[in-house]
Amino acid sequence: MAIETQPESAQAPGGREPAGTPKQRAWWLRPAFHTALLGAVIGYIFGHWLGNLLGSQYQQVGTSDDNDMAIVLGFAFLVLGWLIGLGVFNDLIRQMLGRPIPQLEEEREAVGGLARYFRYTLDHKVVGIQYLVGMLIYFFTGGLLAMAIRTELLSPSYHVLSPTAYIQVVGEHGTMMMMMMTSVIVGPFGNYLVPIMIGSKRVAFPRLEALSFWLTPCAYVILLSSFLLGGFPTGWTGYAPLSIQAGEGMDAYAFAFGLMGISIILAGFNIIVTIICYRAPGMRWGRLPMFVWSMLTTGFLFVLAAPVLVGGMYMIITDRVAQTAFFINQLGGSSYLYQDLFWFFGHPEVYILALPGFGIVSEIIPVFTRKPLFGYKIAAAGMFGVAILSFFVWQHHLFMSGINPDMRPLFMLTTELISIPTGFIYLVALGTFWQAKLRLTVPMLFAMGMYVNFLFGGISGVLLSDVPADTTAHGSFFVMAHFHYTIMGGLIFAFFGGLYYWLPKVMGITLNQRLGKIHFWTMFITFNSTFMPLFAVGMLGQPRRVFEYARNLETLNDWVSISAFCLGGSLLIFVFNFVMSTVVWRERAPQNPWQARGLEWQISSPPPPDNFTHIPVVLAGPYEYGDPDALPVADLNPPAGVIAGALAGAGAGSATTSTGSEA
Amino acid sequence: MAAEASSGASTPAAAGVSGGRRDGLWLLVTWIVLSIIGCLLVALVWGPHLPPGAASNTAASQQTDNTVLATIATPVVIGVLLYFGWALAFWRQKPGDETDAAPIHGNTRIQALWITVTSVIVLALAVYGTVELIAPAGAGAGQGPQPIFQRGMPPAASDTSWAPGTNNILQVQVIGQQWAWTYRYPQFGGFETTDLLLPVNTPVRFNVTSLDVIHSFWAYQLAVKADANPGVNNVAFTVPKQAGQFVVRCAELCGIWHGAMYNYGKVVPVSTFMTWAHATEIQLASLTKLLPPYALTYDPTAINLGKVNQQLGLTGAGGGFYNPADPEQP
Repeated sequence: MAIETQPESAQAPGGREPAGTPKQRAWWLRPAFHTALLGAVIGYIFGHWLGNLLGSQYQQVGTSDDNDMAIVLGFAFLVLGWLIGLGVFNDLIRQMLGRPIPQLEEEREAVGGLARYFRYTLDHKVVGIQYLVGMLIYFFTGGLLAMAIRTELLSPSYHVLSPTAYIQVVGEHGTMMMMMMTSVIVGPFGNYLVPIMIGSKRVAFPRLEALSFWLTPCAYVILLSSFLLGGFPTGWTGYAPLSIQAGEGMDAYAFAFGLMGISIILAGFNIIVTIICYRAPGMRWGRLPMFVWSMLTTGFLFVLAAPVLVGGMYMIITDRVAQTAFFINQLGGSSYLYQDLFWFFGHPEVYILALPGFGIVSEIIPVFTRKPLFGYKIAAAGMFGVAILSFFVWQHHLFMSGINPDMRPLFMLTTELISIPTGFIYLVALGTFWQAKLRLTVPMLFAMGMYVNFLFGGISGVLLSDVPADTTAHGSFFVMAHFHYTIMGGLIFAFFGGLYYWLPKVMGITLNQRLGKIHFWTMFITFNSTFMPLFAVGMLGQPRRVFEYARNLETLNDWVSISAFCLGGSLLIFVFNFVMSTVVWRERAPQNPWQARGLEWQISSPPPPDNFTHIPVVLAGPYEYGDPDALPVADLNPPAGVIAGALAGAGAGSATTSTGSEA
Repeated sequence: MAAEASSGASTPAAAGVSGGRRDGLWLLVTWIVLSIIGCLLVALVWGPHLPPGAASNTAASQQTDNTVLATIATPVVIGVLLYFGWALAFWRQKPGDETDAAPIHGNTRIQALWITVTSVIVLALAVYGTVELIAPAGAGAGQGPQPIFQRGMPPAASDTSWAPGTNNILQVQVIGQQWAWTYRYPQFGGFETTDLLLPVNTPVRFNVTSLDVIHSFWAYQLAVKADANPGVNNVAFTVPKQAGQFVVRCAELCGIWHGAMYNYGKVVPVSTFMTWAHATEIQLASLTKLLPPYALTYDPTAINLGKVNQQLGLTGAGGGFYNPADPEQP
């Protein structure tokens, strides 16, 4: 009895019983995608009008009929209208009026089929799929922009794109990738899989979770709208005072980035509380899958780092719109302030873009080595170590800036210290591979590719952390190659590994493995062929974000460009595979195609609406491969009344079941 | 059933122990041999050719630094790649073998060893990096208005005169603006020019500042990099060791023409430098009078370039600057 009602009790506010379905409105007034679009358009027009009204007295942009206030208020009301149209505030209003709030089950009955994916929904699995499709769209948009950059860099002077267009494309590519991709794993995999992996029927804050997704299309559209407003010349870092000086496109950058910051704060709170409070009985910290650990640490980074970003972006907007002077030296501000704020967010952010990748590969390798994860505790400790240290290193981005020269040895030390917990992740991998029985499936290939790529990313990071070596490498293509190795080679490889690994569970459909292998090998080879020469290009003196470079670097740059086009082609193989497998071939996936022990593999594919018929009782860790004495990972149909006993057992620390860790 | 399972598990486990020793030994030997070869190649063959060369004392020290770091990285890269290659070659699933491998949950000794070794390497690298930062006076990096790493550099005894061989450092002010570099020589009357000439084997102090947005002064061959911040004087030191040309690029995105913001400097013999400096001082004297007096930072809103433009025969907005509070872009 308690099993069924326990998770539900938190959902009915005030302990009220869920009442009948609210009165249905006419179809065109029901909150959905079209009402959201309508709300966004009306909101933008209203905000723009209001901004022109307010800001007409002190026009800031001499080159256009608009002023920044109109643009910013237009964006703000666009988001508001979009959310109203989606029905984000409906439940709040219902609650204020004392009306019944529709529950998840009623929502599922009311809307079926594909329409569910275009709504503001309480279903974490629907949000996961929304995120997955959204993130793929954002990723491929950013990728297309990268192709444009490499086309321009085929020649040492500018030919294809004008300097203005080039700098816009560079900024959009960087921002699209660094800003939208913060959620590339937390969004799809975190939201979808974490509740299932911890044995919960739901997430803690389904409305926050859905809101966090529905802010991303706004951020995406607003960021791209910058092209219509003349773009922004600052790259993804948006350094002031250049960002204060720039045209209206800058407003789109600052607003979209701030909006995405809010989105990841919401996502972070949901994921943290879900993991801490919604674990099934017996899912002790020592049995938590590594992927959930990585989501927990990433969630903490979200909620601790992103507010600083939102603050920084807000200051940029007020500097531009309301003539505050946070970042203008002549008026008493400081351009260092922005760099500090930005990198205080920015450096944790690059670990936001690394930890989920660590989590996915740590999740994949035990399954395909058929061995327990080597050093479970040290793997979790590594992630926490990276997450904590990431807040103490940001000034290594300012080694050349002239700020705090006496702090350089300290920041050099903290930066290099990060390689110790990162090394844990490698120790775990090496130990897990020891005398394994490797199954070279596509997810496993991507996981191994991730370890190899991240190795080069990490090693080059040591050079960047060292002030003397950084003096040459700073701001050059070396840095660019470095973070593409860690983010694209690490995070995106892990993302694809996770996609091939979990899509059978998520959609009940297996991606074609032969095409998957072709995708992996072409991507691995072309990725390295693209970014390895860029280390040399940077060390030979080519700064980042330039359209002109020395003629003697032309051969290397052409090699890189051609490799980059091949890399794009490799990703097209993935698109082909993804579309054909999910739409045309639709090969049914078995419940547990990888013979994995994870809790998510013990339920049907795709998971039932409620994830579990009963709240499972977790009996053992997820990585007990090869241990003949290991219990099954969970009892999915625990006898009534067993929950209380399991909770007592978990509290006392049962000695009979190994937690899969020794260290 | 249970007995079968346990015996089935114990046999591969037993084989794993002896096989483990063999694997471990071979891996270790191969790794050590490859690492020694690799380190020697990197340190002795590749190292002397590593960027940024040896055109200045900072460049040389950075080259050493890069060599040391690359040498230390070599065994790490070789080790991980070798290990994964080994796994791919020898630790594959046999066809038809659906059993799991031996359950190893961890090994306290190996983990402790790993943590100790990585910590020692990392701490050693931090110490080495600090030494390399202090030894050549800040390693060519910008140190802000009050440079604290000045080892081996003469003091800035005089801002108004300089002669070779005296205990007084040559000062060059680097001014970044969208999108050009100019240089002022305060010790030669404070003339401002787009030519950067430096005497060889002479300590140089760059005072880097900006008039509008953040730029970064990157003299690649000299291995000097210092951000040009508006309203901030950012100091960097170097001693050019070889005569020849070097390239100056902007290494911080500063707007649309960032990619075209570069020019070339020259390291010349001391006598040539003195001749050039005195000749230029006289040649530009009429313009220097019109410039704002030499200062470590400038407020662009207070600079009136109209007279300079008249003197140079320029009309229109030539030589203008973009007020940071003015968002207008050309």
